[in-house]
Amino acid sequence: MLHIVNKSPLENTALESCLNLAGAGDVLLIEDAVYAATVGNSFEPTLRAALGKVKIYALQPDLDARGMGDRLVAGVTAVDYSGFVDLTTSNKNCQSWL
Amino acid sequence: MSEVKKFMFVNRKAPYGTIYALEALEVVLITAAFDQDVSLVFLDDGVFQLKKGQQTKGIEIKNFSPTYRALEGYDVEKLYVLKESMDARGLSEDDLLVPVTVLTTAEMGALMDEQDVVLSF
Amino acid sequence: MATIEVGGKTYETDEEGYLVNLSDWDADVANHIATTENITMTDQHWEVINFLREYFEEYQIAPAVRVLTKAIGKKLGADKGTSEYLYALYPYGPGKQACKIAGLPKPTGCV
Repeated sequence: MLHIVNKSPLENTALESCLNLAGAGDVLLIEDAVYAATVGNSFEPTLRAALGKVKIYALQPDLDARGMGDRLVAGVTAVDYSGFVDLTTSNKNCQSWL
Repeated sequence: MSEVKKFMFVNRKAPYGTIYALEALEVVLITAAFDQDVSLVFLDDGVFQLKKGQQTKGIEIKNFSPTYRALEGYDVEKLYVLKESMDARGLSEDDLLVPVTVLTTAEMGALMDEQDVVLSF
Repeated sequence: MATIEVGGKTYETDEEGYLVNLSDWDADVANHIATTENITMTDQHWEVINFLREYFEEYQIAPAVRVLTKAIGKKLGADKGTSEYLYALYPYGPGKQACKIAGLPKPTGCV
């Protein structure tokens, strides 16, 4: 399953719940959720722990927009819009966490 | 002229994900015409608004971060950032695109307390 | 959507005559808009237009008149940084009218 999260982890519990519940599969961070995949953030340990069971992606245009393109946590994969589309088609279902 | 009041704008949201940051900035630019004592505060995810190096071409949204540098020309010179919020986001003063005063939680609370009007975004 | 025609090309404007696309702007378009505003462009007029374009490029906004006046005084000399000087060039307001000729949006907070 593909999980899509668009909220900052420091002001909303969507990503935390998502990572708790997602047993396996892919997690795609977009919009304000991309901050979760940047180094030095206080959510970083939680994200790193989750990297063991899910694969985490972050949308590059959203990282760039926020001036965070050069701070991606190692182990997270940056994708562009076509990578986003590939993730939605390669997974059999998808959940957007609002 | 009527008495000058202390206005504080509190920014708590990251840019682009929601419209709050841009709306706050526009309100600040408009109210700058009224010659009041204006402070801008950035805390929680609001500190992300001032991150250097924003490039929004890919998301097709206007990059309004250069406008923070215009505030000085509008005589809006009191910019405060909460230290704990920067620390929690791996940011330091060097990462910000304008000069700011960094305050601790206690200092920020005291500053908030002495305002006449506080507008939160 | 309103349009203007310059040199056989059509450009989109809003209902008040401000260019919709910043990148449409060039000297010919500026001269055309100036004509519709009954302004004959001189070097002094261009100085203000070029200043506005540079300001927008740097800060991504059109400055309020007060800010423009102060900044012009700093850049082009104190004698030019006055309302009298700028209103003599652009009688309907250096913010509104000069921004329109410069192909910029109306200054924030300008009604």
